[in-house]
This record gives sequence, C-alpha cells and structure tokens, in this order.
Amino acid sequence: MSGQVIVVTSGKGGVGKTTVVANIGTGLAAAGHKTVLVDADIGLRNLDLIMGLENRIVYDIVDVVEGRCELKKALIRDKRVEGLQLLPASQTRDKTAVSPEQMKELCQQLREEFDFVIIDCPAGIEHGFHTAVAGADKAIVVSMPEVSALRDADKIVGLLEASELTDPYLIVNRIRMDMVQRGDMLDVNDMTDILGLQVKVLGIVPDDQSIIVSANRGEPIVLDNRSRAGQAFRNIVRRLQGEEVEFMDLSQGGLMLRLKRLVGLAK
Amino acid sequence: MSSLLDFLNRLFGRVEKSSSDIAKKRLRLVLVQDRSNMSPEVLEELKEELIGVLTRYLEIDEVGMSVELDKSDDSVALVASIPVKSVKVRVPKIRSLEPTGVSE
Ligand SMILES: Nc1ncnc2c1ncn2[C@@H]1O[C@H](COP(=O)(O)OP(=O)(O)OP(=O)(O)O)[C@@H](O)[C@H]1O
Ligand SMILES: [Mg+2]
Repeated sequence: MSGQVIVVTSGKGGVGKTTVVANIGTGLAAAGHKTVLVDADIGLRNLDLIMGLENRIVYDIVDVVEGRCELKKALIRDKRVEGLQLLPASQTRDKTAVSPEQMKELCQQLREEFDFVIIDCPAGIEHGFHTAVAGADKAIVVSMPEVSALRDADKIVGLLEASELTDPYLIVNRIRMDMVQRGDMLDVNDMTDILGLQVKVLGIVPDDQSIIVSANRGEPIVLDNRSRAGQAFRNIVRRLQGEEVEFMDLSQGGLMLRLKRLVGLAK
Repeated sequence: MSSLLDFLNRLFGRVEKSSSDIAKKRLRLVLVQDRSNMSPEVLEELKEELIGVLTRYLEIDEVGMSVELDKSDDSVALVASIPVKSVKVRVPKIRSLEPTGVSE
C-alpha cells in the first residue's frame, strides 16, 4: 500500500494550518481512510492540543528520527475516530532536530501503513518549511483574504514549485461574506486571480467563532454537523477523495439563514 | 448602518474605491516585484549565456557590459547595455553544426 502525503503550509503564521490539518485529517479518517497527522512544527507543538490528545504523549517525532523509539510506539491513537493517529512534535527541541532527508524517510515509512499522511508545516520559509515539505506529494496552501497572508502565500507557491510541488491546492480560511459584500474583503476569485492559474481552490472556510470553541474543547469542528465551518471542512474532505462538490453559498450565513432554520426552510 | 452610509455617499457622488479593489491592485503590483527576484548567481549565468550567443554575431566589450532587472512600479524589464566593438560580417552557421560554446 502506498498512501498520499499532503503537507499543509502557508508562509504567514496564524492563518489556520493546524486547524486545517486537524479537521481534514479527522474528516478523512471518519470517512474510513487510515490517516496519520504529523506535527512538523517542532518546538511549537500544537496539533495535539487541537486534537485533544495532549495528555497521551510519551514520545515524539524527534525521538523517532534519533532512534530512541520505534515509529509505532510514538503514534497516538485518536480518541474519537477509528483509524486516526498522531505523530506529535517535540516541544523542547527546535526545527533543526529533523532534517529533510529524515522527514522523507519518515514519510516513506508512514505511507506504507496509511492512506493519508497529513503534515502540519510551521510558519516561515526556513529550515522547518523545507523539512516539512520534503516528503510530500501534494501541498495545500492555506491563506486568508488579506494582503500580507496572500503575499506570503504567493511566495510559498514559488518555493513549493522549486521543491517540485507544483499545482498546490488553496484553502481560503476565515472569509467573511459580510465584508466581501461591502467591498472590504477580497473574494475567492480575487485571490485566485492574484495567485495565478496554477492554484486550485480546494475549499473556502468561513470565519466562525465555533472554531475557537472547538479548539477550547479539543474537538475538531468537522465532527459538528450543525456548524458551517464543519460543513466547509467536510466538503474539503470529499473533494480530497475526488468528489466534485459545489462551493457552499456563504453569503446567507447570517440572520436570514438562522431564521430559515428556525422555521424549517433550511438546515 | 455602514451600507446606508455607502448608499448616501454614492447618491451624492462620492464614489470611493472599495478597500478590496485597492488591496487587489496593490497586491498585483507587489507580486510582480516579488516574483521577479532573481538571485545574483542566476543573473550571472544569464549574462554568460547572453555573451555566448551575442559573440556569434558581434564583437562586444564584455567588461563594459551590464545586465540588470529594472523594477518600476508596475513592470519589470531586463535592461542590458552591451557596447559593440564591431559586427562580424558572416552568415551565421546553422546552430546544430557548430558547438555554441555556451556552458550549462
Ligand atoms: N475559520 C476560522 N474561524 C475562526 N477562527 C479561526 C478559523 N481558523 C483558525 N482560527 C483560529 O485562528 C487561530 C490560528 O489558527 P491555527 O493555529 O490553526 O493557525 P496556524 O496557521 O497553524 O498557526 P501557526 O502558524 O502559529 O502554526 C486559532 O486561534 C484558531 O482557532
Ligand atoms: Mg500551527
């Protein structure tokens, strides 16, 4: 068996990489695919917290590459979804603790066991970035509809190309349709216009307070059937499996939809 | 509230460009510049290859030659200044018959 290795990256920090990894990973596993999440943000370990698995960590990625423990022993089983595992980052070491060659080797081992290997890349364009992307077949670039995030995303698209990761997917995170409609936020079309034809939009995730709530609880929002952001992530998961899924209409996410839901005209 | 304000502004002819249009325009321009960043090594390589091609036709002053990427607000141009000493009077040979002397 040879699974697919997907790295989630952005350039700019704080745009939602870890959130995306947690949700598409959980979604893929819930759909029946054996999935492993790799936290490559060494020194700033966070994926465990978002997944609610922080209390189960014994070994981490650096222990594995330095040979202190077997890969299997370092993997943590998710508590909700069958077939989902996490390889946590080290919190005490820094980005140089894993080399690109070691990451390639690790991905090779993981793809033997799993259908999907999803890597959470650190912010920035230095060593940590080059290591995180080293073993990947495909890249997802996460960006926000905002000038600095987009400029950095463009830079990342160029660097990915130099690492032979062409035609990346784009996830637009934290879009606010009220602002788009007012002319105060770039739309998805504006973003693809700017970034060029080679990027393919994989999904659009609304800015949604429930993501913060789900992070508080350590439960990925993709499992919440009532949440719009959760729906957006479920759509992304279906597209990753090769399905054609229309983009959600986010424009009526406000009061109207809530009213319609109340009277049973929408779900 | 703000859309009412927008409406009134438009009504009284104060059409302002939306901030997303401004963002789009600014990003377009800045990315042209970002993407055109060529490392000095690559630029040097380009120069060497240019010399290789040019000397088949011209005798040029390699020392006085300059090749630069010129960035203005909304465009990037490759600007080369190449002093020509003389033009070689000959029919250029077909490429494949002669090694070009251009190194990879
Ligand atoms: N769609 C969203 N709506 C609301 N909040 C969001 C959304 N996506 C992410 N966030 C919040 O934004 C913050 C940053 O998200 P996250 O940690 O996933 O980003 P990151 O790119 O992994 O950051 P870093 O570069 O530091 O690793 C978190 O507090 C997260 O809950
Ligand atoms: Mg992160």
